[in-house]
Amino acid sequence: MKKIFLLIAALVPTIALAAGPSIPLDKHRTDLRDNASLQSGAQTYMAYCMGCHSLEHGRYNRVARDLGIPEDLMMENLVFADKRIGELMTNAMRREDGQAWFGAPPPDLTLVARVRGADWLYTYLRSFYADDMRPFGYNNEVFKDVGMPHVLAELQGMQVKGTAPVAVGVDSLTGIAITEERDDVLYVAKAGTLSTAEYDRLVFDLVNFLVYMGEPIALERQRLGIWVLLFLAFFFIPVYLLNKEYWRDVK
Amino acid sequence: MSNQKNTLMGWIDDRLPVTQAYEKHMSKYYAPKNFNFWYFFGVLSMLMLVNQILSGIWLTMNYVPSVEGAFASVEYIMRDVEWGWLIRYMHSTGASFFFIAVYLHMMRALLYGSYQKPRELIWIFGMLIYLALMAEAFMGYVLPWGQMSYWGAQVIISLFGVIPFGLGDALVEWVRGDYLISGATLNRFFALHVIALPLVIVMLVVLHLLALHEVGSNNPDGIDIKKLVDENGKPLDGVPFHPYYTVHDLVGIVVFLMAFSVVLFFFPEANGFFLEAPNFEPANGLKTPEHIAPVWYFGAFYAILRAVPDKLMGVVAMGGAIAILFVLPWLDRSPVRSWRYKGMISKIFLPVFAVAFVLLTWLGTQPATEINTFLSRVGSVIYFGFFLLMPFYTRMEKTKPVPERVTGGH
Repeated sequence: MKKIFLLIAALVPTIALAAGPSIPLDKHRTDLRDNASLQSGAQTYMAYCMGCHSLEHGRYNRVARDLGIPEDLMMENLVFADKRIGELMTNAMRREDGQAWFGAPPPDLTLVARVRGADWLYTYLRSFYADDMRPFGYNNEVFKDVGMPHVLAELQGMQVKGTAPVAVGVDSLTGIAITEERDDVLYVAKAGTLSTAEYDRLVFDLVNFLVYMGEPIALERQRLGIWVLLFLAFFFIPVYLLNKEYWRDVK
Repeated sequence: MSNQKNTLMGWIDDRLPVTQAYEKHMSKYYAPKNFNFWYFFGVLSMLMLVNQILSGIWLTMNYVPSVEGAFASVEYIMRDVEWGWLIRYMHSTGASFFFIAVYLHMMRALLYGSYQKPRELIWIFGMLIYLALMAEAFMGYVLPWGQMSYWGAQVIISLFGVIPFGLGDALVEWVRGDYLISGATLNRFFALHVIALPLVIVMLVVLHLLALHEVGSNNPDGIDIKKLVDENGKPLDGVPFHPYYTVHDLVGIVVFLMAFSVVLFFFPEANGFFLEAPNFEPANGLKTPEHIAPVWYFGAFYAILRAVPDKLMGVVAMGGAIAILFVLPWLDRSPVRSWRYKGMISKIFLPVFAVAFVLLTWLGTQPATEINTFLSRVGSVIYFGFFLLMPFYTRMEKTKPVPERVTGGH
């Protein structure tokens, strides 16, 4: 057993040692009821992620229905030309190409939110920083030496790791933020097309969408659960009284 | 036998003892009238067995037992099959609730000495059910073919490899049907999970109940209710199982189903304890998960395995922890059954043992840090101490007099 592990670890170090958060994760306040956010996330996903990362267990028409997107709009804007609305959300990238280009084939992301958790994704997508040692010029604070390029760099701008002022609190008299110089922090050195707040919002929506993709039935499951519990609670009353009636005479 | 000779029931009874069986096992089966909370878990285990069989049948209709198709077919069930998500969650949540019910059912036996003479065979059949259930659950967990399915199976099956003289490796290969966990393993586990083991479990449950109905149910006082009977030969402290305990069990069933529904509809992953996060990633033989943990219901035995520094001895300890349960009826030398009338040592040791078991269960799911390993060792010593010292402390401690008639209840 141990030998197998060692062998694997020696053969594919980058894969075997991948993952495991090294920094505290930012909280993602997932809101599956926010259709606007889910739609925006779907839009970002189709524009920036779908080329490499399929959602092969999901279907376009399910996404359209659940997110309240009319099918014709979905077809026009969010579905690649060669696909039909009822199809699985696969892409054209071949595994061996992905392997050759990125060192590892880009994984399917249908269930990534259930594997990694929303907080991890939310932090990961905001933790890329410029690093000349990496083939695509970017490294990641959460996923060290990740094979994935920073696809959203044009939006976020160039984030670097270095010494920068960090907000540590707020002056209670003036209301001005108190800052402190810290080493090894991430900051945007060259602005992208979005501000930091806008970029955070975009990533938030994207992660929201991925949580939805992980379990499209989640909201319906909870809605139904309330009715089931209500039924059981009402059913309990006659069952309890029936039991009491039968046992009345047992001394 | 039915007295209504000229009815349909009479006709059937002349050919098949339906009424006789119904009376023996239901309407004229006298159960003690003082059953408490702990006595719900037998029927609840049965309820979960039925839940697993029914939801399992429907899962099988869409599940694909192959390396290429297994993972995707589970997601197909979750997304494209009508009500598939509900059926799948019923099955995955049901597995854990089955074990919760079974563990509490076993705890009941420990509390009230339900394994003692003349109920040794009931206990043995129960233990065989438990053993078959563990195999059933283990193989079932492999079927979705996620990362934890694969690597969990890898770790557990490799345990057989510690058997010396080259037998171990041969055995591992024989179980896997291949040189590594593969499609051959998946297919045979599927066959065993959906037909072989369920048949064994159902047959053992029948034997468990037949043996129980032969000697009669124990009760929280550990008294033999057949000793005191009325002029008709009916136990004074007994009530017919039907209707008294059918309506009574129904109350427990509804409450249990509410707890079941809370998890199923609101926390189906149970924070990674019922459905582990890495299992949402397809099995990959080249990528070892950072932390390979069994599902919670195997936690205690896995913790005992890891508590022992030597691998062979660890496997022996783990096997011993299960094996020792089989001889429990002969370890308990107490003249009384129920812990209510046992001495101080038993009264303290039993709750301590229960806490140690829960602790071990939790530790088995956690990474083996230094403190966790230490706690696992403490827990393991308590676990084995409880059983191995039982012949001594149950004999030497001073017991309390057992009353003539049952106490408490209704």
